Amino acid sequence: MHNVNPEDFSCPLPIMEYETIQLAHGSGGRLSAELVSRFFLPRFGNETLNRLEDQAVVDFSSGRLALTTDSFVVDPLFFPGGDIGDLAINGTVNDVCMSGATPLYLAAAFILEEGLPLATLHRVLLSMEKAARAAGVQIVTGDTKVVNRGCCDKLFITTTGVGRVPEGVNISAANLRPGDRLIVSGTIADHGMAILTSREGLSFHSRVTSDTASLNGLVEAMLLATSDVHAMRDPTRGGLATTLNEFAAASRIGILLDEAAIPVRPEVRGACSVLGIDPLYVANEGKLVAAVPAAVAAKVLAGMRRHPLGREAAIIGEVVAENPGMVAMRTAFGATRIVDMPVGEQLPRIC
Amino acid sequence: MKFVDEYRDPALAGGLLEEIRQTVTRPWVIMEICGGHTHAIMKNGLDQLLPAQVELVHGPGCPVCVTPVETIDRAVAIAARPEVIFASFGDMLRVPGSVSSLFMAKSAGADVRMVYSPLEAVALARQNPEREVVFLAVGFETTAPGNGMALLAARREGLTNFSLLASHVLVPPAIRALLSSPGNRVQGYLAPGHVCTVMGWREYEPLAEQFRVPIVVTGFEPVDILAGLLMVLRQLEAGRYVVENQYGRSVSREGNLAAQRVLAEVFEVRDRPWRGIGVLPASGLVIREHLAAYDAERKFAVTTIKVQESTKCKSGSVLQGMLKPDGCPAFGRECTPEHPLGATMVSGEGACAAYYTYQRISHA
Repeated sequence: MHNVNPEDFSCPLPIMEYETIQLAHGSGGRLSAELVSRFFLPRFGNETLNRLEDQAVVDFSSGRLALTTDSFVVDPLFFPGGDIGDLAINGTVNDVCMSGATPLYLAAAFILEEGLPLATLHRVLLSMEKAARAAGVQIVTGDTKVVNRGCCDKLFITTTGVGRVPEGVNISAANLRPGDRLIVSGTIADHGMAILTSREGLSFHSRVTSDTASLNGLVEAMLLATSDVHAMRDPTRGGLATTLNEFAAASRIGILLDEAAIPVRPEVRGACSVLGIDPLYVANEGKLVAAVPAAVAAKVLAGMRRHPLGREAAIIGEVVAENPGMVAMRTAFGATRIVDMPVGEQLPRIC
Repeated sequence: MKFVDEYRDPALAGGLLEEIRQTVTRPWVIMEICGGHTHAIMKNGLDQLLPAQVELVHGPGCPVCVTPVETIDRAVAIAARPEVIFASFGDMLRVPGSVSSLFMAKSAGADVRMVYSPLEAVALARQNPEREVVFLAVGFETTAPGNGMALLAARREGLTNFSLLASHVLVPPAIRALLSSPGNRVQGYLAPGHVCTVMGWREYEPLAEQFRVPIVVTGFEPVDILAGLLMVLRQLEAGRYVVENQYGRSVSREGNLAAQRVLAEVFEVRDRPWRGIGVLPASGLVIREHLAAYDAERKFAVTTIKVQESTKCKSGSVLQGMLKPDGCPAFGRECTPEHPLGATMVSGEGACAAYYTYQRISHA
C-alpha cells in the first residue's frame, strides 16, 4: 500500500505577491490595505497621512485659502523630462501658486486599471514623492480605485491642493490694466512637443524634453520684487495664446505681443515646423505668464532671472486699451496679426 | 534652425520689400496657388507690407479644401464599418461632409486613427491582420508619391487588408482652368515649391507661354515668398513671361524622378471634381485597374451617399480668386472655424481660415 505523508497536503493560500494590479486592490479589503501600506505610505508618509483617517485634519492660520483640483490622464505615462507623477504634483502646485499662494497640502486620488504593473505604479509614486519634496508640499490624504481592464487607460491621477494667500496680494485674470507688461518665465511649447514627439505610433523623434516643474519658488521670487502682480497663469493646455486670450476677455483689454521676444527653443521650433503646429498653442507645464505694472516690470524680470526656473524670462508684450478682448501680435516682419483662441486640438497638416 | 532661420530673417525680408517697392510702377494681380503660401502670407502679415498696387489672390491649392464632399461622405461611411481601422492625416478629421465629419464618426464609435505618414497605416495593417486598414490619401503631387509608395509597400509585404481611399489632385490643370476662365484677373503666379520638388517645372512652361503669365516656383518661408513675388513683379514690369525657380534649394526642372515613377506605376490621370469649383479635365489621380485590390473605393461599395453642400458657402468663388474670404456674407457670422460651412474655413491652409485666424483685426 502506498504511504501517505500528511505533510504533503497543503491548503491553498491566496497569492499575496502580485506583479500587476488586481480588482481586489480596490476592494477595500486586505489587498487594498496592503497597497496603501507597501506602496503609498513609504513614499508619501507623514504624520497626517499615516493616521489613515477618512480625512486629513491640518492646522491653518487665518487668512485667505487657495484651493484647486486637477486630473491627469497623460499618454504616454512616461515621457522625456517627466511622467504622470511629477505632472500631477507640479500641475496642482502651480495652479495653487498662480494666485500668489504658498502651497501647503495636497490630496491625491488614483484610478488604476486592472493589470497595471505594480512596478509602473511604484515608478510613478517615486516621482510624485520627489516632486512633492522639491515643491515643499505634503500629501495628506488620498484614495485608490481599481477599474476593470479597458475602463481606464492604465492610470489616472487627480490631485487637489490648498495654499495660503499672503496679505496684500490680489492676482486675477480680470486685473490687467493698459500699460501692464507681460512676462513669460521661459521657453514655450516644450512640454506639448515632448509629449507629441514621444507618443506611440508617431515615427518622429526629437530631443525635446518636458518643462514640468513646480513654480512656487519662482512665484516667491516675483512677489519679493513686488506684491503688485496683476495677473498670473501657467499656460498649460492651449498654450500661451489661450491664456492670453483668457486675460484679454476677463479684463476687457487688448494685448499686443512682440513675436521676436517670445522665447522658443530651436529644436521645439523645428519640431513645430515639421508638424505644422504653432508653438503659441502648445502646452507648457513649468512656465508662467504674468502681467505687472510697467514701473516694476524690470525689477520683477531681474528677480525671475535670478531663479533657476526663470533664467530665460522675457517681456513679450504689453496690455493696450485698443481692441478689447483681442490678442494681436507684431510679427517679426513688422506686420500685425491676430493670435486667436484655438478651435480644438491643433491638427498636424497634410503637407 | 539652419536652412530655416535664414529664410525668416526680418532684415532680408526688409531688403526684398524695398526692392519690390522700387520695382512696381502699376497695379498687378498675383495668385499664390498653394494654401501653404496663403497660410505663411497671413501668418506673417506679408500682404500688409506689400505696396498697395500688388494684390494677392488666394488659389485653390489646399488639399483639404478641394477634396469633394462626396469623398468625405464616403470616408465617413467606410470608417463606420466595424471591421475598418480608418487612418488619416489630422487636418482631414474636422472637414464637414454632408452630415458628418471623421471626428464625429470617431465619437460615434468608428475606429479613426490620426497618423503622420501613410507607412504608419501600413504598419497598422500588419499589426491588425483581422482588420481592414483604410488610409485617406488626399493631397496634390506632394503627397501622392508617398501614398503610392505605401500601397506598393503593402503589396510587397503581401498585405491584403490595406487600401487607399484616394482623392489626389494635380496643380497644372487647375492653373489652366483658372487662366481659361473668362473672369480671370490673375497676371502672375507663385507656383507651389513642394509640388514642383516632386514634379519639376516642365509642365508649367507651356502655361506661361500660352497664357503669357510669369510663373515662379516659390518656397514657403517669408523670405522665399517675398523673393518669389519680386521675381514675378520684375517679369511683369519687363513684359516677360517665363517659368523661373526661386526655390533652388529644393526644386530642379526635372523634379524627383523616382517619385514620378511611383506616381506613374500606381495612379492614372482622370477628370475630377474639385469642391467648390466643379469638374476639371485631367486633374485627378485614380488607382490603376491592376491595383484595384488596394483601392478602398472599389473594395467597399458605398451606395447611399447623397451629397449636400451649404448654399451659403461661397468657397468656390474664393478658391477661384474671384472673392476675398471677408467678402463672403457668411464670413465670421454663420461661418467660423467652430462652425464651418465650407472646407476653406476648416483647414489651416484654407483661405477663409487664414483670414479669420490672422487678419480679423483689420476688419474689427
